[in-house]
Parts: sequence; structure tokens; C-alpha cells
Amino acid sequence: MPELNDMATVTDAPNTTSTLSNEEVLRYSRHLIMPEVGIEGQQKLKAARVLCIGTGGLGSPLALYLAAAGVGTIGLVDFDVVDVTNLQRQIIHATPDVGRKKLDSAAEKLSGINPYVILKKFETRLSSQNALDIFRDFDIVVDGTDNFPTRYLVNDACVLTGKPNVYGSIFRFEGQASVFATKEGPCYRCLYPEPPPPGLVPSCAEGGVLGILPGLVGVIQATEAIKLILGKGEPLVGRLLLVDALGMKFRELKLRKNPDCPACGTHPTVTKLIDYEQFCGIRGQEAPAKPSTGIPEMPVEELKRRIDAGNAPFILDVREPHEYQICNLGGKLIPLGELPKRYQELDPEQEMVVHCKMGGRSAKAVDFLQKSGFKNVINLAGGINAWATSVDPKMPKY
Amino acid sequence: MKPATLNVHIPTPLRQYADGKPAIEVDGKTVGDALGSLTSQYPDLKKHLYTEDGKLRAFVNVYVNDEDIRYLEKDNTPLQPGDSISIVPSIAGGCC
Repeated sequence: MPELNDMATVTDAPNTTSTLSNEEVLRYSRHLIMPEVGIEGQQKLKAARVLCIGTGGLGSPLALYLAAAGVGTIGLVDFDVVDVTNLQRQIIHATPDVGRKKLDSAAEKLSGINPYVILKKFETRLSSQNALDIFRDFDIVVDGTDNFPTRYLVNDACVLTGKPNVYGSIFRFEGQASVFATKEGPCYRCLYPEPPPPGLVPSCAEGGVLGILPGLVGVIQATEAIKLILGKGEPLVGRLLLVDALGMKFRELKLRKNPDCPACGTHPTVTKLIDYEQFCGIRGQEAPAKPSTGIPEMPVEELKRRIDAGNAPFILDVREPHEYQICNLGGKLIPLGELPKRYQELDPEQEMVVHCKMGGRSAKAVDFLQKSGFKNVINLAGGINAWATSVDPKMPKY
Repeated sequence: MKPATLNVHIPTPLRQYADGKPAIEVDGKTVGDALGSLTSQYPDLKKHLYTEDGKLRAFVNVYVNDEDIRYLEKDNTPLQPGDSISIVPSIAGGCC
């Protein structure tokens, strides 16, 4: 277990720029009267520079609490625009912000909470070309991203620049949190040397997420960042916190620094940032799935024409039962996970259109059915979402 | 040594392959036995846990109580009654 002394070197000793004005002393009074923080701790917070990657589910509560706590400089990395489906959990954004750049929306709320915070906005996708430069001016990086390539990028860039990586991730109602890439502690690759193959772990858009969950985990990340800055308490270094929101259970697993780790081991082979999309076996993988060779597609307008003409193909729906209840095209429901067990219920000679919500899962289903001898299967491009956009606007989108 | 009966915690992304259950009871003297018992009850789990040549996938970690089996005796890690096995795959959600 690393000594706290390692953590205390994260920020420079307080200098004149982190002196507190009378207004700030009043603002932070509840911190100052605690021995764990005090004037010295608050000055450390003011001198600290924390980079938040992502201003979405995890980034929202994280950035809000860092600003409230008086972290002096907060960097925000996001290139996305606020969507109404974000509002269920990305609490830094509000209804009037729909359509606005997330960076602008987030920066406005953070300045409102604490005008003393210096905000640095990076409207860009974090990449191997820019990560090292961006990280250079910060002391701690907090990872609030939502995909594997970026997580490995953040990890490697943290190891290479010597910045701690405060990690959090969520799926449905479970979360993980830890602090990686400290000098003595493990990094993300010590825990997970390789990413899962694309498509094996669904995104939030496909798997769903309990709105409060990034709140729980994001504030845990903010807590860890603040502890690192103050040099107080026991950080989650060498510890993986597992959160089960449904059972309200918190478990902890031991993490070890792997001496053979390619990033932070004794003989590292990762000496520069790589192509992380390639590392994760993806190129351009973002829902909805782009058509890959051999997966024939039908646009929703054509399906509509065929149905109206009384010439509809068989429709197979590979979503989950609760999605079918929200909206459906009257297709036969066999969830993707059950298809290997149940495909014999289908006629391999029959012309069949397969759909899901956005086209990703159904592309996999078409691929599987083709390999199982089905001659005439087609993917519905854009899924039932495309149908709700272009054919039947009365159908709810989710 | 009698095989221990213990619980395997199933993480959310894999529950669909285990009838939705959060934990499954298995028997085994070692981790390898216990996971074998698990995948014979739920064969769909096997390809998510193991590669085609029988190795545990690199994005899945297995813990006995709070220790990673890679730092114990891997599949040969012995089990005591009351031990719990956790399967911990990587998850990435955070922003979307």
C-alpha cells in the first residue's frame, strides 16, 4: 500500500495565488473548521488542477462537487451536445440546455456554483495526438468516459505523464471505482490487460443505466480526487470498490501492481500512446452500427412500402421484452441472447427482416443467422428508432 | 478434502447467461472446479469467461474473497467452505 506521502506531492505547496480572500474563507467555512482540511487544505484545493474527462453521467456530479469544494482549476474535455436522454442522469445539464454543447452547459453551471474556479475547456475527442499535451497542465485526471478505447488511452497517458487516474465506471446498476497510475499502485492495465471484444459489453444506450448510479460513483471519484489533493484519508489505491446499487452493497477487492504490466511494470513496453480503437478491435464502432460487408440492409421506408403493399417480410425483433413493451413493429420477439437457443423456431428459407433499437444488435443477429444457414435475412437500417424518426413520428423513441 | 459449497457472484453483464441470477451455488475444491461446475450448469457463460483454448479471458478477473486468483494459484487456488468467488469483468459506461 503506497504511503500517503506520495499523494501529498500531487500539488505544489500553497503559493500566493492560492491565498484565500475573505469571501472565500466564508464560502469554505465548513471545510476550514475541520482539522482534516483547514486553511492549509483549502489552499491545496485552490492550487490543485483536476482534469475531468467527460461531462456526462460521471462527469456531472464529479465536476459539480469539485467546483463546490474549491478546486482551483478544473479542466473539462467533451465534444458532445446535450440530448434529452441525458437529463435522466447528467445532472449538470438542464432542459433548456438540450442541443447545446455540453462544455458550455457544464461551464456555466460550474461558474455559477463557484466563480473562483478557473475553468479550462477542451472541446475535442481525447486522442493519442492530444492527450499528453492536455494532461501536462493538470495534477489529477478523473476518467468519466464511456468506452474502452478511451479508458485505455487515459490510463496509458496517466502512466506516461505520472498523473493519478481516478477511475469510475458503471453499467446498469453496478459500478466500479479505484485510483490507478500512482507511482506505487497498479494501473488499469494491471487489472484488465485486455479489453473485451467489441459488442460483448453493451453501452448504456443498449444496456440502460439507473439514473442515480453515476451520481453515486461520480461523487466517489470526486471524493478520491479531493483526498489525493489534501493528502488525507486512505485513497482507493490498490483497491477496487464494487458498488451494487440494487442491493446497496459495497464490496472491495484487492488490486496489485503487476510487475509485468506493459504500461507501469518494471519493463514497460507502452512507451507512447497507440491506436486504441485498433487495440480494442474496433474501427468506427458507435451505435448505430455501420453496415459491415455481408450484412444486407433494408431502409425503414422500404419496409413500410412492403407492409402497405401487403407484401411484408417476416419481422424478427431481437430486443428485450421490456423494450417490446415500449414500442414494437409486431415482429416475433427473440432477444439476441436467446437466439442461439431458439433460432430453430424460425424458417431459414423465409425472407426475414431483423431489427433492434438502432441496428447494432440486429446486425449481429443477421450475421449469426447467415452463418446458421439462413439464406434471406436482412438488417433493418437504424432499427426501430429510424422507424420512429422517418415513418411513424407518433411512435415513442427511447 | 471435501469440495466446498460456495457462492459465485455473477456480475450484471453476465447475468443474462445465468438465468438472471446474481449468485450461483457451486461445488469445488479449487477455483477451476468451481468455475467448471458453474459453466456446466450454465454453458452460455463458458464462452464469455473462457477463450476457445480454455484460458480465462483477459478482461475477466476472478477473485476468491478479496484476492485476485492471478496472485494466488489461479485455477488451482484451493477453496474453503464460506469462501466467495467474484467474477469481475471490465465495464466502461460513464458518460453516454
